[in-house]
Amino acid sequence: MAFNRPMLRTSYQEDTAIFPTYFQKGAASLFFVVLILLGLGAPIVSSIPSFFLGSTWINPITNMLPLAIAALGINILVGVTGQVSLGHAFFMGVGAYTAVALGGNGDEWQACVPFHQELGLLEQEGQCGLGLPIWIWLPFSGIGAALAGIIVAPAAVKVRGLYLAIVTVGLVFIGLHLGRMLPSIAGDFESGRKWPKLDFRLWKEETPLVSFTEDGKWFGLIHLTEEQKQYFLLIMILGAFMLFAKNLVRSRTGRALQAIRDRDIAAEVMGVPEFNYKRLGFAISSFYAGIGGALWASYNGRMAPVNWSLFLSVDFIAILLIGGAGTVAGTILGTIFVELTPEVVKTFTEWLGEQTASNGPVAWLANILLTEGSGDFGPISTGTVALGWPMSVFYWNLVIYGVLIIAFLIFEPMGLYGIWVKVRNYWKRWPFSY
Amino acid sequence: MMTALQLAQTGAGATFLQTLVKALALGSVYVLIALGFVIVFKATQVLNFAAGAIAMAGAMFMSILISDGGIPLLPFDNPLAPAEGEAASIPMWGVHVLIALVFAALFGLVLERVAIRPMVGQPLFAMAVVTLGIEVAVRPFNLDATALESRNLGVPWKAETWELAGAIVPKSYVAAVVLAAIGSTAVLLFFRSRLGVAMRAVAFDQEAAMAQGINVGRVFAIAWGLGAALAALGAITYGMAPFPPGGNVSQEIHPILAFRVLPVIVLGGLDSIAGAIVGGVMIASAEIFAGQYLSQYNDTLGSGYSTIVPYLVMLVVLVVRPFGIFGTPEIRRV
Repeated sequence: MAFNRPMLRTSYQEDTAIFPTYFQKGAASLFFVVLILLGLGAPIVSSIPSFFLGSTWINPITNMLPLAIAALGINILVGVTGQVSLGHAFFMGVGAYTAVALGGNGDEWQACVPFHQELGLLEQEGQCGLGLPIWIWLPFSGIGAALAGIIVAPAAVKVRGLYLAIVTVGLVFIGLHLGRMLPSIAGDFESGRKWPKLDFRLWKEETPLVSFTEDGKWFGLIHLTEEQKQYFLLIMILGAFMLFAKNLVRSRTGRALQAIRDRDIAAEVMGVPEFNYKRLGFAISSFYAGIGGALWASYNGRMAPVNWSLFLSVDFIAILLIGGAGTVAGTILGTIFVELTPEVVKTFTEWLGEQTASNGPVAWLANILLTEGSGDFGPISTGTVALGWPMSVFYWNLVIYGVLIIAFLIFEPMGLYGIWVKVRNYWKRWPFSY
Repeated sequence: MMTALQLAQTGAGATFLQTLVKALALGSVYVLIALGFVIVFKATQVLNFAAGAIAMAGAMFMSILISDGGIPLLPFDNPLAPAEGEAASIPMWGVHVLIALVFAALFGLVLERVAIRPMVGQPLFAMAVVTLGIEVAVRPFNLDATALESRNLGVPWKAETWELAGAIVPKSYVAAVVLAAIGSTAVLLFFRSRLGVAMRAVAFDQEAAMAQGINVGRVFAIAWGLGAALAALGAITYGMAPFPPGGNVSQEIHPILAFRVLPVIVLGGLDSIAGAIVGGVMIASAEIFAGQYLSQYNDTLGSGYSTIVPYLVMLVVLVVRPFGIFGTPEIRRV
């Protein structure tokens, strides 16, 4: 039986299976069940995230799901095709603004009337978007971003390695400028505009066919809150994209992309047209980015052009390196780790703040770390987010995040997936070490 | 009629001269930071995305020294700080610049030792991402811990100007060019010195350099220290010259200053000193001249369009010459 020995597969079918071992089949099924139970708010299962993330745990988790879609996209470009890109935020922005141009309507503008009146934007034609339903704007946001990817590809394919990284940095800054240039689509540069909601309509009717933004009964069966509905919707979309990403790697196209990653000249010698496949890699990756960007903006409701900055791209590179480049499971692990660590730190600090009054080591730690007001030397400020030396948790999270990127690259270059592989191999080979 | 035409012509000439001086001043900033990038890349093959954070830390340190008169949280005053409300004399100001550069160099040394040295031998991209991590981790300290929107650099000549053939030339622009000239001469001289030759040897072939008895680790450290100091000098120069921040370290422009220099090193080639100098002046000229002479199309192009001109130039250059104008083409072997 093959699954007794690490990495030994006896047939091609077995080698390309989505879940090659019984353990993986079991773990995947269990994970699936847990996800559904989480969405339904089952008592024991949901106590785990609520311990780490506080009582509103479903919000950071749902917010993470569109980013996971975009992360799968950059995994296809960087992890599978081997083209280092720091321009993912640009493609996410393209997708998001395609979505808002197609799906937005007048309502979204009313929320920020003072700003737009000041800018003289309210009189302009076509600023509100066409008001089309989600089944049109969501696919087109992906297609729009993929087209942007195809347009950029000829320039990007010419350069390799670090030069490609720099070119894609330039792309992000050009995108930011476009956001400033076109306030009729993007809204004010700092405060942005609102996005169409996730509700499913057949056309422009008043009441949506399936509502995702109001508490209520779903299909007359089950009562869910707004957050739970969005969680389920995004989980389903993410699942479909995960399946596609997994299948892509198993197909002829995926093998061609991997051949280019491993050695581009050798791939060309074997008859893989380098330019076509690199362009395809850019297109698929940007498609994911566009869908992810549109869903993320739509879930958050309001986005400003500054959101699609270089640091969003760096997020995805970090996700890839911390999770483990080239694998779907690693990408998802990385997204969970990168996006939820700041929330965990925040919850921990809040908990610590409540402990200052008590006695014992926890209170001692709290007194060292936290500062209320000024004059105290604690590095973490518990007050409102203000500038100044005791830095707020928000800024400390950025520091932790940067240090985590460095630490993972130095100590575990394969990322979380690499840790899992090590543990698995140790377990399977026990009591032998090799 | 004649006089009006002449006036118009002198006006145009003065505008051109003014624009040229401004382009040279911005070019000086770009040259300094680009030289920092190139030295680090030549010696260690690392594209230092953290240059912006290091540079801003240096400029911030100087501004704390000179306008706060000491370091916060430490019980020690700066004995050289100018009296309250007075500007420092030019030599004193120079001393402060030197102290800030030493601080930046030390900072660069520490970063190299902690984060870069353990990564030697890893893929280039992994190293570049480590520097991105440094950028992310240092940036909050630059932006937040210092509490102010923009901080004064105590420039002795403030916004004083000279007049030259009808054109108004701020003293800061001239000082920027002088600083850049000093910086690039120092770099060129450094590469003639014993240590500089060692660095060139390491850049050429690490193993062969080691076999000749060169301490590669020390060369790495010196390259990072030098690169950090040059980047900080660039940031101080930018803060000093009356570009938008106007004698201050700005919270908005300084953090992305190093990213604005990326087109310069792409244009010049990642590993070419001459490329950094020529590329810096060219990119800055493109930016400033586009900003001056296309300003009538501001409504169509969007305000601040001149800042993306470098990226557009970079895209065009890369499509035509993928390794920059002076860069070494990478030979791909099967």
